[in-house]
Amino acid sequence: MVEQLFPNVNWDRMWQAAYETIYMTAVSTVITFILGLVIGILLFLTSPHQLWANKIANFITGSLVNIFRSIPFIVLIILLIPLTNLLVGTIRGTNAALPALIIGAAPFYARMVLIALREIDKGVIEAARSMGAKTSTIIFKVLIPESLPALISGITVTAIALVGYTAMSGIIGAGGLGQLAYIDGFQRDRSDVTQVATIIILVIVFIIQWIGDVITTKVDKR
Amino acid sequence: MIQLSNITKIYKTKNGDLTAVRDVNLSIEQGEIFGIIGYSGAGKSTLIRLLNGLEKPTSGEVIVSGEDIARISGGKLRQARQKISMIFQHFNLLWSRTVEENIAFPLEIAGVSKGERAARVQELIELVGLQGREKAYPSQLSGGQKQRVGIARALANNPEVLLCDEATSALDPETTEAILELLLDINKKLGLTIVLITHEMNVIRKICHRVAVMEAGQVVEQGQVLNVFQNPQATITKNFVSQVSDSSETKESIEQIIANYPTGKIVRVTFVGQSTKEPIMSQLIKRFDVEINILHGAISHTANGPYGTLIVHIDGAQGNIEEALHLLATNNIQTEVIARG
Ligand SMILES: Nc1ncnc2c1ncn2[C@@H]1O[C@H](COP(=O)(O)OP(=O)(O)O)[C@@H](O)[C@H]1O
Ligand SMILES: [Mg+2]
Repeated sequence: MVEQLFPNVNWDRMWQAAYETIYMTAVSTVITFILGLVIGILLFLTSPHQLWANKIANFITGSLVNIFRSIPFIVLIILLIPLTNLLVGTIRGTNAALPALIIGAAPFYARMVLIALREIDKGVIEAARSMGAKTSTIIFKVLIPESLPALISGITVTAIALVGYTAMSGIIGAGGLGQLAYIDGFQRDRSDVTQVATIIILVIVFIIQWIGDVITTKVDKR
Repeated sequence: MIQLSNITKIYKTKNGDLTAVRDVNLSIEQGEIFGIIGYSGAGKSTLIRLLNGLEKPTSGEVIVSGEDIARISGGKLRQARQKISMIFQHFNLLWSRTVEENIAFPLEIAGVSKGERAARVQELIELVGLQGREKAYPSQLSGGQKQRVGIARALANNPEVLLCDEATSALDPETTEAILELLLDINKKLGLTIVLITHEMNVIRKICHRVAVMEAGQVVEQGQVLNVFQNPQATITKNFVSQVSDSSETKESIEQIIANYPTGKIVRVTFVGQSTKEPIMSQLIKRFDVEINILHGAISHTANGPYGTLIVHIDGAQGNIEEALHLLATNNIQTEVIARG
């Protein structure tokens, strides 16, 4: 039945591509989460009236975030080819896609982290300070836990954007469903391959959204 | 315990310098409940935040239990803050933590071991009367319960000073009453020094021993609560005192009475402690041949003792009225002529 509907689909290749997409999304999401969190916290703490209020540091970090956020991803991939080559030793394969994915997504996520942290009641940070908390305690026991629902819904949105970015990474031969849909589906005029790749991508996106929603609801005690 | 000398705090703002606190000198004794009252913007929060180093004074000295708060920083300041706790108008609890986790937070900061933390938290929960709510999140608590968590959290590290920034201002009157009782109780049980800021004279009356009145960054009056109530000096203090003694009803009826009694004087008489028991009014009537009509009477309790106010209409010959008022004065009874016919 399935064979008749999608006569041209090579299922081994399809599952291999799905695995590559999931792999690239998962690894880049985890690293983006950490990097974005660090940058977002830095942006927050250096902003006016905060613990590390520092105009220069805030300006530099903010500018870098904005610059990288404004570069279209497809351009970023090409710009980063030399760096990728240096870091990974090749520009082909799933690992070669990671630098661009992370550098493209981390500033995007850092902004969301900043917005999430700004939502925290100033009074709570002040209360922690009045108890004699160190800045590291404030970061790990106040800032992160108190903004966790927003941090998680933010990383969910970012992970879904990363699924899209992995598809674009196909142009440098990263593999994954995007590349399969483009090379096997579009270039060879086999629309059934494109359709199946699309369905799998949708399923991946829905699952990410569902996991994100479940965790967000679970941690939100407000 | 707390010594503020020549404190001035100037904020640099876009519209120039703003002097939030101007040349304040205060001395607060160990174990006392010291109230600071003033309208919004008077500089109360700024002043109280100087006591735990959340703000640094532009000039002047802040000494709290021997520490020069304005000059220490880093670990030393953090250490000092564990002995100078604070509670807040909006409670400032961590919503992501349960009641017991919130109370445990300052203990985590102080590096108390897990087992000791649990025992201490249980003690504190009993002290503030939150048994059974240990696992609740702040969003599941009423305002009064949230403030109880705030108080328990503030007491966790056995502080020497408790700072209260409008701690009851977000609560209804009954809950305010209960929280004030709790603070009074803690002050007696633990001998804790409490500095409390508020814009409600009732709060001052109920639990404070001494009060400072702030206006535009300055302390315009300070003294024993009872004395201040009995004999307010500054206009702003008089306004605060009448917040408590005169309801709006009395104000209306006084106006009515003034209209009704074209002659004589309407006088507010304030009795304190012993003098509340003497039959002074009947003496006046007998000795000076004046008529005294009691228009309003009330007794209030302060932490220093009770005091009563009477609003009376005195009528008779001018000289007799003067003599009657003089007798009151020689008996240490405060009088204030509200209106004369
Ligand atoms: N961080 C700040 N920067 C600039 N101005 C401030 C700051 N904090 C307070 N102020 C100003 O100082 C004055 C006193 O404020 P505050 O101490 O909060 O008064 P209160 O607690 O009595 O209402 C106000 O005019 C307020 O706007
Ligand atoms: Mg205030």
